[in-house]
Amino acid sequence: MSDTGTTSVLRACGLRKEYGKGEGLVRAVDGVDLEVAPGETLAVMGPSGCGKSTLLHLLGGLDRPSGGEVELAGRRLDQMGEKALARMRRHAVGFVFQAFHLMDELTAVENVELPALLAGSSPRAARRRALSLLEQIGLADRAKFLPSALSGGQRQRVAIARALANEPLVVLADEPTGNLDSEATLEVLRLFESLHEAGQTLVIVTHDTRIAATADRLISMRDGAFVDETRLTGGTTGHLGALAGLES
Amino acid sequence: MQQEVVLALLAKEPSHGYQLRARLQQALGPLGEAMNAGQIYVTLTRLEKAGLVVSERSDGLADRPDRKVYELTAAGQQRVGDWVAEVSWPRPDLAEFHLKLVAAAAARLADPVAIVDAQRRELLRRLRDAQRAAMTEPTRSDAALLLEGIVLRLQADLRWLEACERNWTGRKGGS
Repeated sequence: MSDTGTTSVLRACGLRKEYGKGEGLVRAVDGVDLEVAPGETLAVMGPSGCGKSTLLHLLGGLDRPSGGEVELAGRRLDQMGEKALARMRRHAVGFVFQAFHLMDELTAVENVELPALLAGSSPRAARRRALSLLEQIGLADRAKFLPSALSGGQRQRVAIARALANEPLVVLADEPTGNLDSEATLEVLRLFESLHEAGQTLVIVTHDTRIAATADRLISMRDGAFVDETRLTGGTTGHLGALAGLES
Repeated sequence: MQQEVVLALLAKEPSHGYQLRARLQQALGPLGEAMNAGQIYVTLTRLEKAGLVVSERSDGLADRPDRKVYELTAAGQQRVGDWVAEVSWPRPDLAEFHLKLVAAAAARLADPVAIVDAQRRELLRRLRDAQRAAMTEPTRSDAALLLEGIVLRLQADLRWLEACERNWTGRKGGS
């Protein structure tokens, strides 16, 4: 994989996705260039309809581009056959969605182990991995609960654990806090932070500035294209007092 | 430190200065760390001169400000009651930034959208700091609630910047 000479986990070049024809032509993704480094947390922000979800689908091989290149771990997804692409999706990508997309009739641990079973793990190995993931996200005691018995924040954490089941190279999250209140948002942010510290590569598309602000790098997207990029650094609470009206 | 805050912290019971400081630290969490320790004693001395608190030296070492126990006077009680009932809210300082954009565009001093971008980056850095502080704070602590207030305000500012950007981008395209 390193023989291409790239150090990016994920790379896109001139990536395009169009829908419709003639006057009804929509350029959902319109010439995106992107490189995501291993261990990086990248947030893509923009208003609804700016193409950020479509972009995420292209990056994860859920959808095919109309043009341009997309490369995961040095392999061109845009040139891959259906079978190879499905395999790549299963093994190398973890998806997290706004609406959780958990199976309602399966318990938390059954949801988390499902991707490993689908990828051919033995039931025992899949269960072991799922339990250790639930432990990691602080929900070991909820393993046998159905999603309906969990809070929104807990459901999304289970969904994140499921995304990690096959030790993906990259986790792609689409508006992961869109359905969550402030407290549950913090739970999810803390979890993303711990994944980040563990070296997980994360790409999050969102219009929630709270997530965006915790990323290493933030890209603003408008009308299918990137318009601004910010590298966020820092980390002092020195001036926070001023923001709360405290004189220092 | 605002005098009324120190007075109100005393309302619970007669206290040493260090006890007031501990209450402040508890309520402010990481935001209280930058606070000057001497400030509270300076304020207490002023309040005493103004007749709003009285102090009594407790047993032990003399001449240490820490050894004094402070208590509200009747006037102090009255002031705390008025302050608690008072409705006040800091003015958001939006007009200056708004006028900066208007003037910059009119005189072609700078691209308003670039000004908005720079402002957004600064707010995002602050939001990052506030968010990180909130993430390390135990859920439902007093300090977490204050940090959430900061986060929500910054989010509101960022939303307004989005509106500014839409507006000025549109005008550029239209002219």
